[in-house]
Amino acid sequence: MSAVDAAAVAAWVREFTRLVHEQRDELTRLDAAIGDADHGTNLDRGTAAAVAALGARPADDAAAVLTTVAMTLIKTVGGASGPLYGTFFLRAAGALDGDDGRAVAAAVRAGYDGVVARGRAERGDKTMLDALGPACDALDGAVAAGRSLEEALGAAAEAAAAGRDATAPLVARKGRASYLGERSAGHVDPGAASAALLVQAAATALAGRG
Amino acid sequence: MQKLVNDPADVVAEALRGLAAAHPDLRVDHGERVVFRGDAPVRGKVGLVSGGGSGHEPMHAGFVGAGMLDAACAGEVFTSPVPDQVVAATRGVDGGAGVLHIVKNYTGDVMNFEMAAELVAAGSDTEVVAVVTDDDVAVQDSLYTAGRRGVGVTVLVEKLAGAAAEEGRPLAEVADVARRAAASGRSMGMALTSCTVPAAGRPTFDLPEGEMEIGIGIHGEPGRRRVPLAPAREVAEMLVEPVLGDLDMTGGDEVIALVNGMGGTPLIELYLMYAEVVAVLERAGVRVARNLVGSYMTSLDMAGCSVTLLEADDELLRLWDAPVRTPSLRWGA
Repeated sequence: MSAVDAAAVAAWVREFTRLVHEQRDELTRLDAAIGDADHGTNLDRGTAAAVAALGARPADDAAAVLTTVAMTLIKTVGGASGPLYGTFFLRAAGALDGDDGRAVAAAVRAGYDGVVARGRAERGDKTMLDALGPACDALDGAVAAGRSLEEALGAAAEAAAAGRDATAPLVARKGRASYLGERSAGHVDPGAASAALLVQAAATALAGRG
Repeated sequence: MQKLVNDPADVVAEALRGLAAAHPDLRVDHGERVVFRGDAPVRGKVGLVSGGGSGHEPMHAGFVGAGMLDAACAGEVFTSPVPDQVVAATRGVDGGAGVLHIVKNYTGDVMNFEMAAELVAAGSDTEVVAVVTDDDVAVQDSLYTAGRRGVGVTVLVEKLAGAAAEEGRPLAEVADVARRAAASGRSMGMALTSCTVPAAGRPTFDLPEGEMEIGIGIHGEPGRRRVPLAPAREVAEMLVEPVLGDLDMTGGDEVIALVNGMGGTPLIELYLMYAEVVAVLERAGVRVARNLVGSYMTSLDMAGCSVTLLEADDELLRLWDAPVRTPSLRWGA
């Protein structure tokens, strides 16, 4: 089985970029309901720039790929999503040690912890953490149980999607949506929706590795 | 909605070109979209950096100059600037005495300034302190929201901290003035119309004729309630009373009062509102020691206004009276 190397991580980022582009209008529509209607546009611009940066400056180790993606997102996305996704990739880069399933799970967990710290948010606040958190738990659990990375990421993607859907009834406690109070209930959180795409992209792009 | 633009995507860049042409004493970095005072960095002086989404002009670039900000970062319309811009601004104003970041309390602004401060700390020994403004009483300050929004008091904080920095005071003291000013001021705004983001081309929210939104945010965020249009006299009460209640003011207090236009309201209405605000304050036994009436922190073309009251002491009044020389606020210099 091939390792989770620089090419694999770059493929993950390209798949995430493809999904964001495909879902751009849907993400923006979700954001229009409870935010400021720019999540899809901003993330589409940022992920496209990240793919371009990887093309212009190919890296030969996986952590360097993650760092390039982080710095590009921080530079180009703006708003709150830029620092949050940038922090996810930056912390994941710092924690990546190895090229197997256990290393991937630890890196994703470090990225999640970074988003928690940067956003001063927790699960249940109706944010991207509501998709990323359950994904981390599923990934850690499956890897610890000795399942393949493909199986583990598949479980993580399912958990992320379920977490995304479960944000609908929640009242937002962080970000611009929180100004709406009770009126934020009844809408899926756009950050949780894009975070679910990130995990889904990993499941697709890293299948058969680790 | 008709706008004076070329391509909506170029609004911020082209406005900065005009600002540079109109104010040759400022230096504009068009690549990073940072506006510097012409003599930055000023040796031995604490540098003041602010910034935020564009669309609130003259905030912040209009307040760059002697006695106020050393640099302002211009984000996209209603979108926080990115860390690279803030890093460039911070490095460009570092005169050896440290740099103060004045940040309005919005999730994106706070995070981007924080990341910039971390990047500066990683690459140099420049000391950076951040002060966050959060004066909008329309939002409940609780664990269940992102906290009160930073609005009108930001203008006053930039003036007061700018004066302290110009006196050559150290970073800790300048930051203390900023914090004290921010803690002493509260605001409440209202809208008569929505605003229209150039790239969106249609109003951000619907506000039918005959209604107004009380507690509006400067990006069109929802307020406390939507009510039928009322006479200015009653609007003044709706804005001033929650501010006084939050500041817990008692008779005999002195304030700096800002009656601020949202961008689409003429000065004649703002003066009319100011008279009503003074009347409400007089009844409450609060005296206006200094005032500012005009459009200082706008929301593009939104019609409406906000009221900011800052409880002032002798030191803050002295700093308020100190000379300032910027495109949009200047006296004594």
